[in-house]
Amino acid sequence: MSTHPATASTRPANSEGREISMMTGLHGDAEREVPDVPPDPVMEALKLNVFYGDFHAVHDVNLSFGKHEITALIGPSGCGKSTVLRCLNRMNDLVAGARVDGEVTYHGQNIYARKVDPIAVRTQIGMVFQKPNPFPKSIYDNIAYGPRVTGMKVDNMDDLVEEALQGAALWDEVKDKLKQSAYGLSGGQQQRLCIARTIATKPDVILMDEPCSALDPIATSRIEDLMLQMRDDYTIIIVTHNMQQAARVSDRTAFFTARPDETTGNRTGLLVEFDRTSNIFANPADKRTEDYISGRFG
Amino acid sequence: MSVATSTAREVTRTVSTGRSKDKSLGSLVFLGALWFSLFFGVMVLLVLIVDTAIEGSPRFDSALITEYGSRVRPESTGFRAGILGSLWLMVFTALFAVPLGIAAALYLEEFADGDRWWNRLIELNLQNLAAVPAIVYGLLAVAVMALMGFGRSGIVLGGAIALALLILPVIIITTREAVRSVPQEIRQGSLALGATVWQTTWRQTLPSAVPGIATGTILGLSRAIGEAAPLIVVGLAGSVRFDPTGVMSEITALPMMIYSLTSNSQEEFRTAASAAIIVLLIMILGLNALAIYIRNKFQKTW
Amino acid sequence: MSTISSTGAGPPFGAGLPAAPDLRKKARPLETVIRTILMVSAFLSVAITVGIIFALIRPVIDFFAEVPFGDFFATEGTHAVLPLVGGTLMTTVIALLVAVPLGLGAAMYLSEYASRRARRVLKPTVELLAGVPSVVYGFFALSFVTPTLLQDILSLEVGFTNALSAGLVLGVMVIPTVASLSEDALTAVPQSMRQGSMAMGANRMQTTLRVVLPAALSGVAAAVVLGMSRAVGETMIVTLASGNLKNLSADPREDMQTMTGFIATTAGGENAVGSTSYNELFAVGMLLFLLTLVINVISIALVRRFRQVY
Repeated sequence: MSTHPATASTRPANSEGREISMMTGLHGDAEREVPDVPPDPVMEALKLNVFYGDFHAVHDVNLSFGKHEITALIGPSGCGKSTVLRCLNRMNDLVAGARVDGEVTYHGQNIYARKVDPIAVRTQIGMVFQKPNPFPKSIYDNIAYGPRVTGMKVDNMDDLVEEALQGAALWDEVKDKLKQSAYGLSGGQQQRLCIARTIATKPDVILMDEPCSALDPIATSRIEDLMLQMRDDYTIIIVTHNMQQAARVSDRTAFFTARPDETTGNRTGLLVEFDRTSNIFANPADKRTEDYISGRFG
Repeated sequence: MSVATSTAREVTRTVSTGRSKDKSLGSLVFLGALWFSLFFGVMVLLVLIVDTAIEGSPRFDSALITEYGSRVRPESTGFRAGILGSLWLMVFTALFAVPLGIAAALYLEEFADGDRWWNRLIELNLQNLAAVPAIVYGLLAVAVMALMGFGRSGIVLGGAIALALLILPVIIITTREAVRSVPQEIRQGSLALGATVWQTTWRQTLPSAVPGIATGTILGLSRAIGEAAPLIVVGLAGSVRFDPTGVMSEITALPMMIYSLTSNSQEEFRTAASAAIIVLLIMILGLNALAIYIRNKFQKTW
Repeated sequence: MSTISSTGAGPPFGAGLPAAPDLRKKARPLETVIRTILMVSAFLSVAITVGIIFALIRPVIDFFAEVPFGDFFATEGTHAVLPLVGGTLMTTVIALLVAVPLGLGAAMYLSEYASRRARRVLKPTVELLAGVPSVVYGFFALSFVTPTLLQDILSLEVGFTNALSAGLVLGVMVIPTVASLSEDALTAVPQSMRQGSMAMGANRMQTTLRVVLPAALSGVAAAVVLGMSRAVGETMIVTLASGNLKNLSADPREDMQTMTGFIATTAGGENAVGSTSYNELFAVGMLLFLLTLVINVISIALVRRFRQVY
């Protein structure tokens, strides 16, 4: 592992590399071959149900996430898409009263099995949050934090930091101020720092919970480019409010909706349709998907 | 009249008069009342300090802090034993209360599952302990000392136990507040990287909360140093004529000496008590200033 | 080997797909030990309460073996406690009449009117009042409030010690308790609620009184009740300034001993362990503890009810 693969693709980003990714953005990555079913699934959710106390938040979700694909979870607010995402690395454990039924498998192992360590799960399956949440430390220490706490064997931390920042397309902007506080960065830079921080622990899967919702359009486009670059190395699952974003970056899209309970009125999220992104947007099978995509509801 | 209709009416009036409502008579009277509330306490404090300083001014001499108390020579009686006693008490109180208080607070904020009945019991209990009168902690300390086999509790250990019990809830509560003010996003970010709860607490939450904890602890100690009631119950002497030598040493404390002199009708003693009050206030103001400095200098706004 | 090292050209995980990562639970002894230590520390607070009850109960039983219940809960007699309760009630009511309006007013100014910079200076200044030791306040009541304020300026006929002077000074002492906690509660009200109110055309006063204050009511109520229990439990001011006379009266100008004053005076005197007056100390202490407990339970219940509303 001498040079980071992303390095090569990041360096010329300002000339042609950027143009290509802009193009892919516009054309929905049409030339990419997306198989009918997720290839070599890294993660699967099987009959996943989530409860918060008595409240049934998510009902019977079945999904599988193909290796080195970007899967988008979309749907109206309250449809449980973020809840599903947080189940995938057991961040839901931290919510008081949350209960998960069904299975979430990672390389065939149920991560909710009794003997499974949620901490080990989170080192394999990283997460980027809605609001950039850098630690109140230097840029360098933000990156080094994950490897340090997980006891990762690191030959040279400086290299690892550089590699992670390269991987998040942030190196050129911050290489001269690694010791400065992460709070001095712009919102978009902070979010890329959070992505770099996640990359540094060498995860397999990266979950992103509306990573661009707090950012301006330019910062958003940079993160989208970054996701497309990262696809070669990671399996990415992203929750987004923004349908265009799903269309631009994802290979596969899962559309969720919320169904109110007849007696209580509590809205339970369920999966409506899961298909290649091109199909979801061009030729949805379900009427509810079509209504949502065409802006008739939600 | 509902809030909604009255608000609507206000809007109509402002629009029609074109005058900012913040300048209306009612608003100005209200603001004046708030100003008065704010400065009333400060005025009292000023009067207190000036009055006491004038009364104690004849005794602003070195004997005040270097001499032991003397009934024979009231004009040069000093508070050496009380000042040293108070400092000793403060150090041991901190040693007992601070680690314990921070540990309890961290457990409650970062580890405890608030739905469990025993954790709810601790919660409820803490809320109650914070309101238990200081003097009751004196009675408790007497019992604790008796339990540990000490017949006499008017020593450094007994006083420090009483004061530590007294400020423990204060430290727990302020630590919890400081810890709670660290945003949830920071914890989630850390946990999502594979850190354990303790790693997250030790490396993220606690460092960010240190200024708040330090402020709370110092304020708690400054309360302890001025407290006399539990020390009376523990049986601290009103005056001793030697320096403390260890935890088993019999001592007095500055507020204890002031209390015992206040009931003395001799004019020289009242003058000495006034001067000693100024010394005590300087010690406490010093601690408060330190706490404020830490709060303003280091506290993060998220 | 890491999952990051795949390149576009080579097979990502290749034929040599790494064995599924080990997700089994690891033993984390440090984590367990620390968790246990922290938990024990937290449980100690419960032990303290149990300890208080234990410390008090034995002498209390001995006391009631000698003195009948009726003699204790009586309005007069050597062991009567009701005059002490009356004294406590009197000084507490006077104190709250001073502290609640002034404390809440200061809190509203600090949270709703003061600029950030002003608050940084003003809040610690108000909190300084809480830092003044009660023995100093007691001395101040004796040396200034009674002779100068009450006797000279207001021309009241009061003695050297009286409940009014003690109550007033007690009130000043309680101001920061009320102010500080209320201010925290007011500041915690989300800015969006204020903006919502302002956007509807309300001015600051209306926003403060009708939006912010109601939203912070639970915190403010907690502040007032905490102020009350501080006033009930405060010792030195009343010991020094309220007098040592057991006196059940409605006239605040008279001497009135409070429960705390009685404990301090009796404990400071020479009482043999096990004597009736020594045990009486604990009986009064127990009553004081239970009284503050009741006040506090009421406050917690109140806070709960307010929480449900908002």
